Amino acid sequence: MSERKLRILVGKPGLDGHDRGAKIIARAFRDAGFEVIYTGLHQTPDQIVSAAIQEDVDCIGLSILSGAHNTLLPKVCDLLKEKKAEEIVVFCGGVIPEDDIPGLKAAGIREVFTPGASTDQIVAWVKSTIAPL
Amino acid sequence: MSLYERILAGDIRAAARLMRNIDDNLPSSRSDLQELFPHTGGAFLIGVTGPPGAGKSTLVDQITAAYRKRGKRVGVVAIDPTSPFTGGAILGDRIRMNRHADDEGVFIRSLATRGHMGGLSRSTADVANVMDAMGMDVVIIETVGVGQDEVDIVRLAHTTLVVMVPGMGDDIQAIKAGILEIGDLFVVNKADRDGADRTARELSMMLEMNKYAEGAWRPPVLKTEAQRNVGVDELVESMENHRQWLVNSGEINLLLKEKNAALFQTLLKERLFAEVYGRIEEDGRFGEILDGMLSRRQDPYSAVEQILAERLKS
Ligand SMILES: Nc1nc2c(ncn2[C@@H]2O[C@H](COP(=O)(O)OP(=O)(O)O)[C@@H](O)[C@H]2O)c(=O)[nH]1
Ligand SMILES: [Mg+2]
Repeated sequence: MSERKLRILVGKPGLDGHDRGAKIIARAFRDAGFEVIYTGLHQTPDQIVSAAIQEDVDCIGLSILSGAHNTLLPKVCDLLKEKKAEEIVVFCGGVIPEDDIPGLKAAGIREVFTPGASTDQIVAWVKSTIAPL
Repeated sequence: MSLYERILAGDIRAAARLMRNIDDNLPSSRSDLQELFPHTGGAFLIGVTGPPGAGKSTLVDQITAAYRKRGKRVGVVAIDPTSPFTGGAILGDRIRMNRHADDEGVFIRSLATRGHMGGLSRSTADVANVMDAMGMDVVIIETVGVGQDEVDIVRLAHTTLVVMVPGMGDDIQAIKAGILEIGDLFVVNKADRDGADRTARELSMMLEMNKYAEGAWRPPVLKTEAQRNVGVDELVESMENHRQWLVNSGEINLLLKEKNAALFQTLLKERLFAEVYGRIEEDGRFGEILDGMLSRRQDPYSAVEQILAERLKS
């Protein structure tokens, strides 16, 4: 009778006030049967990580446009490590320069989706990446 | 160490994982809950119900802040609907509560209804019990807020808040839905909007038509502006008054008895069904019954009687 339901946190760190991308991602995961914890705009890395832990999500999807990705995203990964929750998969989507991607991956961001990626692609990637409980 | 031991030692991740196991109905969650039960009963459970958009989450955020100022630890359970088509859900109540996310004295959990009716998820009472065992002084439960019959919250919370907005008081639906019977407190939120006084007055009038026994609790009607934190301290004061009244009047014993009965009955129903149905589905009996019903050889009434008789004998 029991079946594991997949849970994902979708949020948007940083100061810029635009959450269209995050909302589209949230919708896509809901339609794929996920429980999506949507935390909205202006999240600090601390808030994101605490929320992810309290909600026991498999995955964190961050939408970012602000240009602060090189500081905010690695901070999320560091905090997850600090709280021994690094098995939570983190990916991001947004306008991110090609040159920054290797650095983000080295910091622990598992995948970077640039604006060309479809939501189907992102959902498929998450499903194949998160480890079963 | 098992989950319950880690939870009692203050491990947040263990608590979050047990909540998930409960939600996913893992058999192991029951043994953890067994062990935690003796450590529950200390928390004040507050239910918050009312239509979508009334400002429930914003109000929960402010109530949380008010209790934090009083030095209390606060748990929040926020429930949103599961899409019946995809099984997925968007749980968005945290948006209004982000400032508490990294406060160690606050634990917020979003739950999806997963097809459960009545305004709560199947798991809500158990998740609230985990928060209680974690040592939360107050546990606030925000219901889905779409249903006409959000009555389950009354049997779970000590104090139930019904949140309305200006213009709703004159709505006859409110009476039909039985909303006047479930609130211990009524809040007209968005009091910055036109018509708040009128709505509050009409609500009070309708409530006065209820029959109250000597010494009974008379639900107050309060006005708040959750967004600007106006009227929240008075609201918390009023909730605490209700709590005090429960104790002083002895009503608390009746309430706890009902609460415990509801918890036990739900559990028994669920386990019996899972046990019996699981068995007949596995051994093919269920399929046979369905075939029989299709050809009208078998009626469902005697099939159920027969299975019950067999199961109760064994
Ligand atoms: N004007 C006004 N808007 C409010 C007030 N409280 C909440 N809101 C807004 O009402 C909307 C819905 O609030 P939310 O807390 O999500 O409602 P819920 O669906 O009942 O949980 C949000 O945009 C809030 O900012 C208030 O006191 N006045
Ligand atoms: Mg809400």
